[in-house]
Amino acid sequence: MKHSENGAGNMPDQMQQNGAPKMPNPPQGQQKPFLKRYGAFFLLLAAGVVTGLVLPDLGKTALNNTLSSFKEMLSVLPPIFILLGLLDVWVDRATMIKYTGKGSGFKGVLIAFLLGSAAAGPLYAAFPFAAVMLKKGTSFMNVLIFIGAWSTTKIPMLAFETANMGPVFTLVRLALSLVGIPLIAFVTDRVIGQSGREEIYALNDAKQSK
Amino acid sequence: MFTYILYALAIAGLAISFLKDRKKTKAALMKAWKSFENILPQILTIFLIIGFALAIFPPETIRKLLGAESGFLGILAAALIGSITLMPGFVAFPLAAALLKSGAGYMQLAAFVSTLMMVGVITIPIERKTFGLKATITRNASAFVFSFVVAVVMGVVLG
Repeated sequence: MKHSENGAGNMPDQMQQNGAPKMPNPPQGQQKPFLKRYGAFFLLLAAGVVTGLVLPDLGKTALNNTLSSFKEMLSVLPPIFILLGLLDVWVDRATMIKYTGKGSGFKGVLIAFLLGSAAAGPLYAAFPFAAVMLKKGTSFMNVLIFIGAWSTTKIPMLAFETANMGPVFTLVRLALSLVGIPLIAFVTDRVIGQSGREEIYALNDAKQSK
Repeated sequence: MFTYILYALAIAGLAISFLKDRKKTKAALMKAWKSFENILPQILTIFLIIGFALAIFPPETIRKLLGAESGFLGILAAALIGSITLMPGFVAFPLAAALLKSGAGYMQLAAFVSTLMMVGVITIPIERKTFGLKATITRNASAFVFSFVVAVVMGVVLG
């Protein structure tokens, strides 16, 4: 089992220990060799050096820009990643899934929201997680809310957003997301309708039992 | 200031975790390092691109394209760029902050950030596998529209 770049990385392992069916891995470039992963960077760096030799002024400005954003990042990232790691290790997601099924009401919505917010990683890593939730009987609406929260209100990301864009920008976006995410979930759920929901559950059942 | 709060939280969290379970704490630190190392190449690459882009496009150009006066077209452009590009927030927010310093508008950046996180055109094939095509399109389309609401409200509050 590959470990993904995000908080959900250990989730599939837990799931499998609990006897749940194997779920698909998100397509991620994990075990790629060093050169492949950093290739684009070195290529750009080389291009940058050449540009800098031909146009020293431009190169100097570019170098200063790059270094200053890098310094800024290095000062903020360590605590965020430590929090992310702690979250990942201490929050047991598998047990929370069962509280988000149909009829879980507002509590289910809240849990789906918190579950998504506690995650970390790109949105596409959330879909395999969503597939397991569907398979385990989480309501479609709650899965959509989970996806919405994962995409926008992740806690470590909010901290990072505040550091970069300021508290007002972050709070306005958060406040709107708290309304917008359930709204998007509701609209999607309605557009799909009962038959569509059944199709989606069937889709994930079929995929899991393969 | 905010950074210090983060450091305090991380240190407190680590201390509590360490007292409760050393193994888990070690695992958490390993995960932290792994997640960081995983995005490092992307971060380095993007920072180089940002560095050069900002050197080539002077603030006036950015202001014209994505500035407060670029209006609806600027918002639309920002929303489209956000929908089709794929980058982690750890990269997106520094980029947005750099653009802000160079004269981009809050409304335009709100549209960019919002679509970047919620709309994923490139990842539709992955999303489709779980949600089917209809739900995928509906979710992405509503998120796209929602991003304009975020942009407008941001304009009212910060504009």
